[in-house]
Amino acid sequence: MTEQELITNIETAPETQEYFINMGPQHPSTHGVLRLLLTLDGEIIKKVEPHLGYIHRSIEKMCEKDSYQQIVHLTDRMDYLSCHMNNEAVCLCVENGLQLEIPERVKVIRTIISELTRLSSHQLWWGVMGMDLGAITTFLYGFRDRELITDIFEETCGARLTMNYNVPGGVMFDIHPNFQKRTKDFITYFRKKLPEYDELLTGNVIFTERTKDIGYLSKEDAISYGVTGPSGRASGFACDVRKRFPYSAYDRVEFKEIIYTEGDCFARYKARIDEMWESMKIIEQLIDNIPEGEHKAKTKAVIKLPEGEYYQRVETARGELGVYIVSDNKKSPYRVKFRSPGFSNLSALDTMARGNKIADLVATMSTLDLVIPDIDR
Amino acid sequence: MGLKNYISDIYNGVKSLITGMKVTGHYFTHPGEIVTQQYPENRDTLKMFERFRGEVVLIHDENNMHKCTGCSACELACPNGSIEIISGKEIDPETGKSTKIIDTFVYHLSMCTFCNLCILSCPTDAIKMAQGFEHSVFDRSKLTKVLNKPGSKIMPGIK
Repeated sequence: MTEQELITNIETAPETQEYFINMGPQHPSTHGVLRLLLTLDGEIIKKVEPHLGYIHRSIEKMCEKDSYQQIVHLTDRMDYLSCHMNNEAVCLCVENGLQLEIPERVKVIRTIISELTRLSSHQLWWGVMGMDLGAITTFLYGFRDRELITDIFEETCGARLTMNYNVPGGVMFDIHPNFQKRTKDFITYFRKKLPEYDELLTGNVIFTERTKDIGYLSKEDAISYGVTGPSGRASGFACDVRKRFPYSAYDRVEFKEIIYTEGDCFARYKARIDEMWESMKIIEQLIDNIPEGEHKAKTKAVIKLPEGEYYQRVETARGELGVYIVSDNKKSPYRVKFRSPGFSNLSALDTMARGNKIADLVATMSTLDLVIPDIDR
Repeated sequence: MGLKNYISDIYNGVKSLITGMKVTGHYFTHPGEIVTQQYPENRDTLKMFERFRGEVVLIHDENNMHKCTGCSACELACPNGSIEIISGKEIDPETGKSTKIIDTFVYHLSMCTFCNLCILSCPTDAIKMAQGFEHSVFDRSKLTKVLNKPGSKIMPGIK
């Protein structure tokens, strides 16, 4: 074919046309029942439109008929990977409303278990992130280390995932006698194993090629979409609730707020890996200094919040979770609203994915660390 | 310059792959560090933690006595309605007074979320969480259980 013929061939070729693809609701890398309606031009993403509602359980509405003690266990089912932080948010909100003085011991226990939950969540995320990009190995390694944390939870809280360890006023049981030893053993073990994560994935040439300069989110966009957590901090948005609005025992520990300014997938990845180191640092500072005392402040059997509005935010593994309770002085709340981090993070997906290839969408979604029940509630 | 970059890219790429392979290779050659449990085979030695919440049970002693007074505090505390207490009346033959006792303690395992609120609410510590976790059955109706054993009685002195 001569050059001239080639040019005429291209000119007379049928025009390319945008088309739609449904990604999900049963797609392995959407990590749940999320449906994305993609507008594509060839392989290039023109638009991403998330469709929600496949796992809507009306948790907010169910809260309106439950007592304040019963609400707590429902929040386990929102962001199941940071269930302890969700429980803590509700309990702190109720305690604020009651003006309840919480024993120091409870604050420290809650903080340690929150950080362990964050670690286990990030370990799972790390495993799944590798798997999304085609490396099954990481999934097994992530779960191997996570198993030790679930053992700690099982022994102290009584369940592995949906722990429901918090009750308004404190924690359900006192910590198990083995808790401190097990946690310390885990930290020594994991300090040795975390560099393995870097060796396996962080430096890997295939991985860096697939994450660097992919899914860029600017600081302005992160703020305007309300992207919080490690995803927001990777864009330079200093939004760590633990640092900005300390709750529980975070005011007495030293840790660094991880901030990257690149805003790409690799920065979000690095932010989470670094956060694991910081979490271990927090646990190490607290584990030997658990104050003696009660594990629960005395509350009435039927809790009634005074009339008014209450808001509490905590930092979950995914970002800022807000709990908003409106009370009309009855035994169940008038209205409960959860500001879930996953929902706001997902809203930025369109901006991040536009102009990228369809395969990069998987990497982008993976670094956002979406948990679908959290988005849908 | 281009060629130099090209070669160093290849060198660094291969090196990063080998670093990863070294980790997996280490575990391949050190089978002692593998932590996998063979679950159905290790059933005899598998011991769950004492606090693990598997199912609600009504504690019976060796004389088939339990501590449940039928006050239905657990029924009220349960967020999902998985406990149903059908109470009956017992007439004391000596005094002629009637007291409230449980007739059937129905527990819907299929609705339970293992939140432990019923255990906390029980004033007489009659129920506890047991460690059993193998709940799969072929028929959903089998998940509705009656917790008080046939012929069981309330312990004397529990009110």
